[in-house]
Amino acid sequence: MAKIPTPEELSNISFQPPAKGWMDTKPEFKEGCYCNAASPKWLEWLDYPYPRNWSVRDEDWKLPANWKEILLEGFDERLGRFRTLKLFMDICVRCGACADKCQFFIGSGDPKNMPVLRAELMRSIYRRYFTTAGKVLGKLAGARPLTEDVIKEWYYYLYQCSECRRCSVFCPYGIDMADLTILGRELLSSIGLNIEWTMASVGSCYETVGHIGATPQAYKDMIDFFAEENERVTGVYTNVTYNRKGAEILFIVPSGDYFADPGTFNYMGYLLLFEYLGLDYTISTYAAEGGNFGYFMSHEMGKRLNAKFYEEAKRLGVKWILGGECGHMWRVCNQYMSTWNGPADFLEEPVSPITGTKFENAKNHKMVHISEFTADLIKHGKLKLDPSRNAHIKLTYHDSCNPSRAMGLFEEPRYIIRNVVPEGNFIEMPSNTIREKTFCCGSGSGFNGDEYLEMRFRGGFPRANAVRYVRDKYGVNHLACICAIDRAVFPPLLDYWVPGMDVIGVSEMVGNALVFPNEIERTTDLRDRPLVGCEEAEEEEGGEIE
Amino acid sequence: MTDFFKLHFFIPLGIVLALIIIPYVGYMANQQLVLAVVIPYLAVLIFLEGLIYRVIKWARSPVPFRIPTTCAQNRSLPWIKKSIGEKLDNPETTLQVIGRMALEVLFFRSLFRNLTTKLRRPADHPEDAKLYYWSYKWLWLGAIAFHYTFLIVLLRHLRFFTETTPGFVQTIEHVDGWFQIFQPTVYLTGIILLAALTYLLLRRVYNPNMRYISLASDYFPLFLIMAIGTTGILMRYFFKVDITAVKQLALGLVTFKPTVPAGIGVIFYIHLFLVSVLFMYFPFSKLLHMAGVFLSPTRNLANNNRWVRHINPWNYPVKFHPYIEHENKYRQAMKEVGLPVEKE
Amino acid sequence: MNLIDFLREHEAAIVQRWCDLIFGTYAPETVQFLKKVKNRFDNPVAYQTNEGVKGLYKALIYDMETEQLSNYLDEVIRIRAIQDFSPAQAVAFIFLIKNVVREQLREHFKGEVRIDQFSQELFDFDCRIDGLALLGFNVYMNRREKLHKIRLEEVKNKVSGLLRRTGMSIDYH
Repeated sequence: MAKIPTPEELSNISFQPPAKGWMDTKPEFKEGCYCNAASPKWLEWLDYPYPRNWSVRDEDWKLPANWKEILLEGFDERLGRFRTLKLFMDICVRCGACADKCQFFIGSGDPKNMPVLRAELMRSIYRRYFTTAGKVLGKLAGARPLTEDVIKEWYYYLYQCSECRRCSVFCPYGIDMADLTILGRELLSSIGLNIEWTMASVGSCYETVGHIGATPQAYKDMIDFFAEENERVTGVYTNVTYNRKGAEILFIVPSGDYFADPGTFNYMGYLLLFEYLGLDYTISTYAAEGGNFGYFMSHEMGKRLNAKFYEEAKRLGVKWILGGECGHMWRVCNQYMSTWNGPADFLEEPVSPITGTKFENAKNHKMVHISEFTADLIKHGKLKLDPSRNAHIKLTYHDSCNPSRAMGLFEEPRYIIRNVVPEGNFIEMPSNTIREKTFCCGSGSGFNGDEYLEMRFRGGFPRANAVRYVRDKYGVNHLACICAIDRAVFPPLLDYWVPGMDVIGVSEMVGNALVFPNEIERTTDLRDRPLVGCEEAEEEEGGEIE
Repeated sequence: MTDFFKLHFFIPLGIVLALIIIPYVGYMANQQLVLAVVIPYLAVLIFLEGLIYRVIKWARSPVPFRIPTTCAQNRSLPWIKKSIGEKLDNPETTLQVIGRMALEVLFFRSLFRNLTTKLRRPADHPEDAKLYYWSYKWLWLGAIAFHYTFLIVLLRHLRFFTETTPGFVQTIEHVDGWFQIFQPTVYLTGIILLAALTYLLLRRVYNPNMRYISLASDYFPLFLIMAIGTTGILMRYFFKVDITAVKQLALGLVTFKPTVPAGIGVIFYIHLFLVSVLFMYFPFSKLLHMAGVFLSPTRNLANNNRWVRHINPWNYPVKFHPYIEHENKYRQAMKEVGLPVEKE
Repeated sequence: MNLIDFLREHEAAIVQRWCDLIFGTYAPETVQFLKKVKNRFDNPVAYQTNEGVKGLYKALIYDMETEQLSNYLDEVIRIRAIQDFSPAQAVAFIFLIKNVVREQLREHFKGEVRIDQFSQELFDFDCRIDGLALLGFNVYMNRREKLHKIRLEEVKNKVSGLLRRTGMSIDYH
């Protein structure tokens, strides 16, 4: 009789694989669980080393002949440059506090996704080549030789860390896995290992407008289209100026907000707000991308892309920069921008031209977050808002990782939300899943590629699970956020785990609620969905069109 | 049981057992002077030099970016008020950083996060009330119990190194020994120390994911400190040694007039030798987290980047895409759609 | 006593055991985390699996609609469909209930009564489980199809704003 595996065998129940130590297991690159290799054209475009065609599933990754020396030299150099690296290599006591804090561990059950072990993948190499004990005692000291398998393991697991820093919150020594991931990815880059989605985005951001590689005219066309759309919905045409010298404020947003729904509706919200205020601002076709995909590859590439911000602010002679809703853009602007490309002494300390509020907290890097800016306006009673226009939106708020754990932006967006939706429409998720303990969307730091869907859905499961809870219990139908990657990746994620949820930016809701003196009677929101009380009229009209 | 576990568990265990035999053999061979004077002096020397060397080595690497982990609201609009807790979880000033570090070092704040849950609007969120899980607290409790009892035991030993026992040491002894049923007084800390160590060891062995990540360097200090604690307790309650002689020896060591009084039992030499090993091992092990925690850039910096510029000492110019190249590439198209350009 | 009464009486124990076996399909290092951490937000895999299995078992021992069965299967399979499991591994857990039930019977009666007396009922029960497994196959395929649909959607969504601009019709929802 043919040998057919029993269900027990299939389920690994009676057949436990011989248990091995973590150094002896290899990752298996399954479809849906790895990021595609970057194609050589991007590397050539950006002067990145070792451009070549290779594939993750190939046995041979075509590494340069002296890859080991390159990598170890790079490691050594970074030990000398980053106290974080040196310290975090030495002081971990493997207490396990971080183990079950990573959403990729929680969602996948893969023990190498425990942050401590992810870091050990690098530490084992550090010990073998940079400590005496490791050189002498080898495996006993937790050291192992650098082989191609180790590199594959790094590639697999460093691209399963979304640099969200959740583990760092719980670590008694503040070991920041995100920092280690960044440095590990830099080392992989140095031997020609990069991922396609990030590389393509970086290449496009570097020379074109935004991460999908658009032209300035397409960009202008798109934003003019929003102005028309705004006029159609609200009766107010929202004027925009491009590359205008002498404007007071330069406004920068992530490109997700002008190319992809639902970010586009958020952009319409920004435009409505500025039109309402008569703000003296301009947007640039050069510094057109707020998102910094370079930061997902290396500190240096992050700096190269970020340089455009101050360059453009200087060229246009603006007083300060206003930033849209974006997660890692704000991590970069908060923690790196002025160090990399400052001092921004050609700019002035930001002052709201409407309320006169001095943003003293931004007097160094001269950049204000749209949520701060809007919250200040609302606090000073400068906006006429009609929350009932958001009555069809019952929402919960997702704290994006970067503004949460790398900045501390918690209250401003919540304050805005409470003012633009009717009371009772804003429901918080459970407290171990929000604020500094927020769960990542599972797709940060360059995981947007569609080839990576399964892994993203694992990492995003803990977040989706909390969303599902408030949906089932309170009838929540929207997830609000202040991050463009969130707006891009939550719709598919929630469609899988929590169908029926829409994703919305905070500024879009501001746009819905803003009452213009000269507006037409509004029957829909910015997405053409009927407002509460206008459903019937909309249906009739809709019937005619279709 | 994986080979990995066997390697990392049994070898350190064997080493610690060997470390117990060495002083025993030395004692039998009448090497008291080596055991009681040479090795302790060497240990302290290695400890101090090693500690300084390691800290300097860390400190020599700069902190290029200011990247504190922000666990609460940052400084914002003047009407967004921060509670004292929020100030310590996302410090803006040096004073607040000191506060954060104090919480971290004295109370293991981050480990404590494993159990703390702010109850926000509990009426709407009844499930939040159930978030207090004891299973989470054990690690924090075990860690606190171990570190504090270890400190107290260490302080109690000061009585051997000073002519007259300092007042605070007496107070500690008094409090520690309140449980006066037995003679000599039983110190609670010694027992808690061993219990906490046992817990920390057992969770490594019994929890599969802890066992998976644990290395020899995790087990070795546990075994070593357990052996130190056990020999100490044995010496105090069971195989008593001549305390006066021990004090004479200790005083001799600190006053740099070392003498080796006769008649101290072998158990003392084992205890002292293990302590010496701990001192020597300390600077080259994960135990250095004691010093490292103070240097951790995600904890010891204020989150003030937005208003105070942080300088990266090795910041270097990079190649970026200048505006003019952008315009050169698109000039014609830009002009056609009415976008302003620098060069006509 | 007939089998169905036994199954109803021992619901909690059987569900527990079934779940434990399902958790046993994960890496040994992870099993304890899945079994131990009970908070539904800190451990959604365990929570949702547990809920799914609970419902599934209820649906088995009390009469419920096929649709409800599928929904409960979906709770469990939705997770396994995107984790490191082959299709067979993803649905194999369904069959484990057969063993769990026999195990419980043996344990409960400890030789007092021969389990043979349930043989006809057990056979019927097994048939239901086989049917359930076929349903599980449907559910798994639905999930994978959903995943591929989402993948297609995502390619469009990346430039959905541009598509809307050009007036090309896309179905956003």
